[in-house]
Amino acid sequence: MASLIEEDIMTDDGEFVINIGPQHPSTHGVLHLKVWLDGETVKKVEPHLGYIHRSIEKMCENLSYRQYIFSTSRMDYLSAHINNQACCLAVEKGLEVEVPDRAKVIRTILAELTRLASHALWWGCMGLDLGAVTPFFYAFREREMINDIMEESCGARLTQNFMVPGGLMADVHPNFVAKTKELVKMFRQNLPEYDQLLTGNVIFRQRTEGVGILTKEDAISWGCSGAVARASGVSCDIRKHYPYDAYDRVQFKEIISTGCDSWARYLVRIEEMKESFSIIEQLIDNIPEGDIVAKTKNVIKLPKGEFMAKVETARGELDVLLVSDGAANPYRCKFRSPNFSNLSALGHMAKGAKIGDLVAMMATLDLVIPDVDR
Amino acid sequence: MEIDKKKMGDPFPGTVDPTADGGILVTKLDDAINWARANSLWPLVFGTSCCAIEMMSAASAKHDWSRFGFEVARATPRQADLIIVAGTIVMKMAPVLKRLYDQMADPKYVIAMGACTISGGPFFYNTYSVVKGVDHVIPVDVYIPGCPPRPEALLHAMITLQEKIKNEPYFRKPKTVV
Amino acid sequence: MSREELQAAITAALSDRAEPRGDEPGTALITFDEGGQFLNGNVARENIVPVMKKLRDELGFNYLFCLTCVDWKTHFTMMYHLRNLDTRDELVIKSKIEDVNNPAIDTVSNLWQTANFHEREVYDLFGVKFYNHPDLRRIFLDEQWPGYPLRKNYEDPNMIEL
Repeated sequence: MASLIEEDIMTDDGEFVINIGPQHPSTHGVLHLKVWLDGETVKKVEPHLGYIHRSIEKMCENLSYRQYIFSTSRMDYLSAHINNQACCLAVEKGLEVEVPDRAKVIRTILAELTRLASHALWWGCMGLDLGAVTPFFYAFREREMINDIMEESCGARLTQNFMVPGGLMADVHPNFVAKTKELVKMFRQNLPEYDQLLTGNVIFRQRTEGVGILTKEDAISWGCSGAVARASGVSCDIRKHYPYDAYDRVQFKEIISTGCDSWARYLVRIEEMKESFSIIEQLIDNIPEGDIVAKTKNVIKLPKGEFMAKVETARGELDVLLVSDGAANPYRCKFRSPNFSNLSALGHMAKGAKIGDLVAMMATLDLVIPDVDR
Repeated sequence: MEIDKKKMGDPFPGTVDPTADGGILVTKLDDAINWARANSLWPLVFGTSCCAIEMMSAASAKHDWSRFGFEVARATPRQADLIIVAGTIVMKMAPVLKRLYDQMADPKYVIAMGACTISGGPFFYNTYSVVKGVDHVIPVDVYIPGCPPRPEALLHAMITLQEKIKNEPYFRKPKTVV
Repeated sequence: MSREELQAAITAALSDRAEPRGDEPGTALITFDEGGQFLNGNVARENIVPVMKKLRDELGFNYLFCLTCVDWKTHFTMMYHLRNLDTRDELVIKSKIEDVNNPAIDTVSNLWQTANFHEREVYDLFGVKFYNHPDLRRIFLDEQWPGYPLRKNYEDPNMIEL
């Protein structure tokens, strides 16, 4: 393990090197940041990764095409359904099988519910990182309701594994529609209250406005995606540009802002929650009847070649690349995770900021470290 | 519903003999110390992956763990008595976990939460970097199966740990070899 | 742009430049594969930086969204996935590395900053060295870890096989 030697700790310019993490309440997982400080100003930030590197890509080379889906649930566990959707879409592209309408619509609704749950937890933890403890409890109230819906239909609260290549594993519970409608109604009513709690708070605004500027060219060059890129003016929502499942039949806005700072990233995610409500409301009453899964062979073998599927998770663009040589296992399975690229921009954003700003920047980047390390 | 006090047992281990101005409390020192320790365990903020979210759910309002005394989750190991290892431990993280465990003061307890900490879990086959079970690194008191276990399972594990502590012999405790 | 138009545009842009290093005069800089989900172009290992620079500057492929490597046992293939954010075109550039004992290729991290971390990951897991990389170190595993895990000939006595 890398350790700090005498020369590291105080450089000749009087800079001081400290470690933030891996065990730290605000690093959203096990992230080790080596920070060069001049007083309280950050001169350089270097992320050290690998504290949760679970060799998922190597493991997937020995799993079948139906089995490898579970590993993505554990990668970015807050958007578990959306990750599973990406895996299934990649296999479906290879098999060229058409997913039935009912499955497409329910997949989209589950994905949007997951996005809402993820943003609710992000909002709660953002408050917690900046010192406000109350948003954490409020956020978990809605998250528990969403977890209850998931548990009734999919069987698990967090790592669901409900999607299979061709559709869904089983039909949803009869209560699904009623409970989802009730959740959306309640959440819509509560969101203005949450907005006021943090958005209207002058301390919060002062801690996030002007902090962590990421210009449009930098966002494109550093490969950022998701709300991080959209808050810098880059139009990159995969749901709009390369629609999949039922996203081509719903109307929703792509939220783009030109603020480029943490405040803009915060507002973009709050607005995205409102768009998710609208998507669910458009779909929930019109779920078509029909099959829930398309027929596929029991042992799936993809033809030779490369197949890639991309989805918009709660954090950005996830790509699943399957390289197949005709066998029943993937020859190489690559997951391009959004957090890996978003994190690489942290070193660039944090030059010249204070430590407190570093925490605010990490909170708005919305990192999930197991997704970085895979 | 009538609560049978005899069956449930008195929450406080000891008897109070009432006297003119208050009373005299008669108890065993073992029982009193264990009672105090069990009901005020402070967990360390330590979560590596998915199980950490279920730990956060157990901490929040629906399945509240502060009813049992675990209210104060400290960030520093010097002030914590309990590590709930929530999440997979990999080879790079194992020395860090050992160092955290060593920095905690006695008496300290460990709960291994989730399948990854019991035996490597879903990452058992064909992985080169996962430690197959956290008891290769630190001694564990309670194991919780599940991937991830429900918050109620975590609460059950905490209650089990409390019962284990209440049965600890304080004065006859063997020296822990670390 | 459709695939054929894109293919024509790329060939046109790359054909009227000076001879690249290590290449015979008259050979094309980029050859295209038939079929596949994306437009796949093959570029020789030595020409990767000039070709990528042309793609970024003249054809507008400003977003590198995936950089990875595949171990085919007799050779390695580097894959670069590029996207043009304005026209939403996508392109895959593949580059063969024949030398399996000491694989090496030029870095593209001065063209797209995101390649910095991605190339460190490929170095860590496959052992491919990148010339002129600003900071080539292992990123996920310890510095002293023996071997490169994602290679097909990786032996590990501690790994439990299914």
